[in-house]
Amino acid sequence: MDIIAKKPTDTNTEKVIEIKGLNKAFGNYVVLENASLDLYKGENLVVLGKSGTGKSVLIKIIIGLLKPDSGLVNVLGNVVDEISYQELLALRLRVGFSFQNSALYDSMTVKENLEFPLVRNRKDLSKQEVNSSVEEMLDAVGLSQTINQMPSELSGGQRKRIGIARTLILRPEIMLYDEPTAGLDPITSKDINKLINDVQERYHTSAIVITHDLTCAKETGNRVAMLVDRSFERQGTFDQVFNSGDIKAQPFFDYNFIQ
Amino acid sequence: MGLTVDSKPVEEQVPKTPGKFSQWFISLYEVYIFIGRFFKEAFLPPYEFKELMRQCYEIGYRSALLISTTGFITGLVFTKQSRPSLSEFGATSWLPSLVGIALLRTLAPLLTGLIAAGKVGSSIGAELGSMKVSEQIDAMEVSATNPFKFLVSTRVLAATITMPILTFYTAMIGMLGALLNVSVNEGTSATTFFQSSLESITYLDIIASTTKAILFGFTIAIVGCYQGYNSSKGTEGVGKAANSAVVTAMFLIFIEEVVCVQIFSLFNS
Repeated sequence: MDIIAKKPTDTNTEKVIEIKGLNKAFGNYVVLENASLDLYKGENLVVLGKSGTGKSVLIKIIIGLLKPDSGLVNVLGNVVDEISYQELLALRLRVGFSFQNSALYDSMTVKENLEFPLVRNRKDLSKQEVNSSVEEMLDAVGLSQTINQMPSELSGGQRKRIGIARTLILRPEIMLYDEPTAGLDPITSKDINKLINDVQERYHTSAIVITHDLTCAKETGNRVAMLVDRSFERQGTFDQVFNSGDIKAQPFFDYNFIQ
Repeated sequence: MGLTVDSKPVEEQVPKTPGKFSQWFISLYEVYIFIGRFFKEAFLPPYEFKELMRQCYEIGYRSALLISTTGFITGLVFTKQSRPSLSEFGATSWLPSLVGIALLRTLAPLLTGLIAAGKVGSSIGAELGSMKVSEQIDAMEVSATNPFKFLVSTRVLAATITMPILTFYTAMIGMLGALLNVSVNEGTSATTFFQSSLESITYLDIIASTTKAILFGFTIAIVGCYQGYNSSKGTEGVGKAANSAVVTAMFLIFIEEVVCVQIFSLFNS
């Protein structure tokens, strides 16, 4: 079956994330060096790279879980490492983060997992409104029947979906997906890719998708940025990146099953 | 000259890790920062009353059965073991006073502290450690919730509030154990037993016991939270966090006991 590459979004010059000259090292180990990247409103940008190249570090810096050593990280008009903790919490309401291992609260049911961010951040909502939001999100990810289940009773794919639903419930403007298809079978991965595209269409989000799965990159990315040797070597559509004959991008493509 | 790679001596290329002594000071500093953050987060709004109440219930409920059993046995055995020495001087009538003072001043706080360190401390260490390594704490952080306030402040406050209650409960259960032994052997009535044991207890004893219980509760929870919150290296790290939470808390409880006894004995004299 052919995998259809996603088209780039209509030209939109409004940047929702702007990264310039970003540097990050852990001790002597340099992860990101002079990395620059922009995310435009409404697009899905896929960040591709081998394991351990700093892809997850990048989005953890964007959400403020890690501090950059130097460089500019501007998210929705806020310079992430310059704002106060309260401002950072407010910014996080506008930026959703979907974890690689879903990070569901394992002592809570699916319903309580989804309620948690809403109850804590939207105190104006009534119990009924919270319930209907939870039901709507579960419906959006196609898992209404799991509402009373514990995370340990869910499959890997279901956990990913619930993780995305929990992130979406706050209606963020930006979604950050960390390896959304890692550890999933090809069929479930395809469902997740479809979900990422549905989220973009239905909730008009902009997104950064971190992955090393080329199928995911091709299906979900309006644009692709290739992270090689600590910075973004090549950016463009999937075809622009992989039909370029770039000696740094090509081996990554050659070894993937998409060939 | 040492072996060189890239014209630099090997010793210069490998980053120096701090020695055990320096590491100890670094850890001490980190604990100091952690405690400082607790005081900052716990008493500033927004308050987490619902979670605090849930934790109080959890901590009390988790320890109640074990504390009841050990408290009762301690009271009973302590009375039985003290009788021969007192009967040599014909002073078995002092048993209620002796048991009352011993339980309230030392046995109840220490026993409750040690049991809570094992039961509550390990549970907090393992729970937070597991949440840390499975990125649940990060998930809380990115969903605009302050995880320190929600997880750490509530647990530490709950343990600090609950421990004095548990301590007096242990003392009461221990007295019941002692009463059983005394009434079987000496035929003392409950009224006489409690009258004579309560007569010998002073306000200072109650203050000392409460202070120790508060201190032990705070120590158990802050150590458990610190170990769990800073755990790493997957499941191995979770095990280590739970283990360190118990060992460190027990060690600190004994030190605090000695310090408290010294301080309160000054008031007694």
